[in-house]
Amino acid sequence: MINFEYAKARDVADAVRQIADDPEARFIAGGTNLVDLMKYDVERPMRLIDITHLPLKTVEETANGGLRIGALVPNSDLAYHPLVEKRYPLLSSAILAGASQQLRNMASTGGNLMQRTRCFYFYDVATPCNKREPGSGCSAINGINRINAILGTSEACIATHPSDMCVALAALEAKVHVLGPAGERVIAFSDFHRLPGDTPEIDTNLKADEIITAIEIPPQGFAANYSYLKIRDRLSYAFALVSVAAALGLEGGRIKEARLALGGVAHKPWRKPEAEAALRGQPAKSDAFAQAAEILLRGAKGFAHNAFKIDLARRAILRTLTQAANGTPQIQSSKKIR
Amino acid sequence: MDEPTSRSRLRPEAISKPRQLTVTLHVNGEQRTLALAPWTTLLDALRDRLHLTGTKKGCDHGQCGACTVLVDGRRVNACLTLAVMKDGARITTIEGLAADGALHPLQQAFIEHDAFQCGYCTPGQICSAAGLLAEGKAKTADEIRELMSGNICRCGAYPNIVAAIQQAMGAMGGKS
Repeated sequence: MINFEYAKARDVADAVRQIADDPEARFIAGGTNLVDLMKYDVERPMRLIDITHLPLKTVEETANGGLRIGALVPNSDLAYHPLVEKRYPLLSSAILAGASQQLRNMASTGGNLMQRTRCFYFYDVATPCNKREPGSGCSAINGINRINAILGTSEACIATHPSDMCVALAALEAKVHVLGPAGERVIAFSDFHRLPGDTPEIDTNLKADEIITAIEIPPQGFAANYSYLKIRDRLSYAFALVSVAAALGLEGGRIKEARLALGGVAHKPWRKPEAEAALRGQPAKSDAFAQAAEILLRGAKGFAHNAFKIDLARRAILRTLTQAANGTPQIQSSKKIR
Repeated sequence: MDEPTSRSRLRPEAISKPRQLTVTLHVNGEQRTLALAPWTTLLDALRDRLHLTGTKKGCDHGQCGACTVLVDGRRVNACLTLAVMKDGARITTIEGLAADGALHPLQQAFIEHDAFQCGYCTPGQICSAAGLLAEGKAKTADEIRELMSGNICRCGAYPNIVAAIQQAMGAMGGKS
């Protein structure tokens, strides 16, 4: 780790002023990803701005019946929050599928959105990586790419976004509230993370001088028919090879509303409105599920070690939609897939 | 030192002597004030400055759980925690669990169930289990396994670790 300056932000406006004054600085909250990356010399901030004292730690109901989650609410507190457990169990389940309880105790809601990829080559500073050093090349495309993306890749980068929580937030159509020198703005969750394209070094559409203040989730929580299924190389405490967040609104055996998002397969949580549209109005049965999977995975491209993910994802989508339709969601502490 | 190459990724301005900050930690009930560089992790402050070497450095990257301690009653990875960010916090390490010379019920249960072999992961396992009991979310063996998955035991003592935690959970009525 290189030497760095340490400063505390006094309030949210002070945090914005400090980051705007110093583009080399980074905010630090839980630190679970940033400190790790600093130890590997991947992140080399000259200055850390400690935002853990800011008043962004509450979960509040919004006027329209949704939820506003402060950016500094720890992942574990959010997963176990009574309103989240009751009304947004998909979010609770996805959070508990990720990391370990120690890390969930440390990691913040906003920081979860900002975590970097777990691509081996991004972490290994001895190898080329366009995300770490733009223009240096991608080592994963012809390297060990079992954990890499199959959708939305570019010739510059095949990294995935590692979050579980974000897959659920994408499915729930969350909104990201951010503050910058020009004031507040709200970013739709699907517009927050980016595909790699020619600029894989830019993970999100958050500007360098902005801070996430809150995540808002709309009223519809799909608490009756949902499931989060995570497939990985060991049964706990591992990143997803493929994960699926499924949420259905059912009426008389037919699908009235559907949400479907994938993790572990792309540079951002992977959703397609067409796949969800194909489910609406259909009986909640495997024919419709297969059609949705087909649409969601259209254009998938495997590499030397991860082509298996395409079939794995298709089957995981069918299984997760079936779990959601039956009202038998995957329980994260149970290692049997129902 | 030679001119840094781009591969070394060091910047000349980054090589100045680190500024020291004053940090007060309440460790196992004692107030300890230290002058620390910002990059000092809580793990290194505990082991190298306070000589509390019960907390172990395993991977140093948040992947093994050997460094688990309780900060304000919650289990965290000390290796990914910057000590300067915990100014004023209450820290409990494995050295602070026993009260009045009596082993903590988890320590006693780990001995009774032979819940270790080499013992290197054990302080982290026990502190993590203390956090788990305080959280009160794990009831079944499956739930204990899932919520203890952040603690790796390379000797493979997992069945006995689960049994020890179940015993302590019963003895303590789920309270830490």
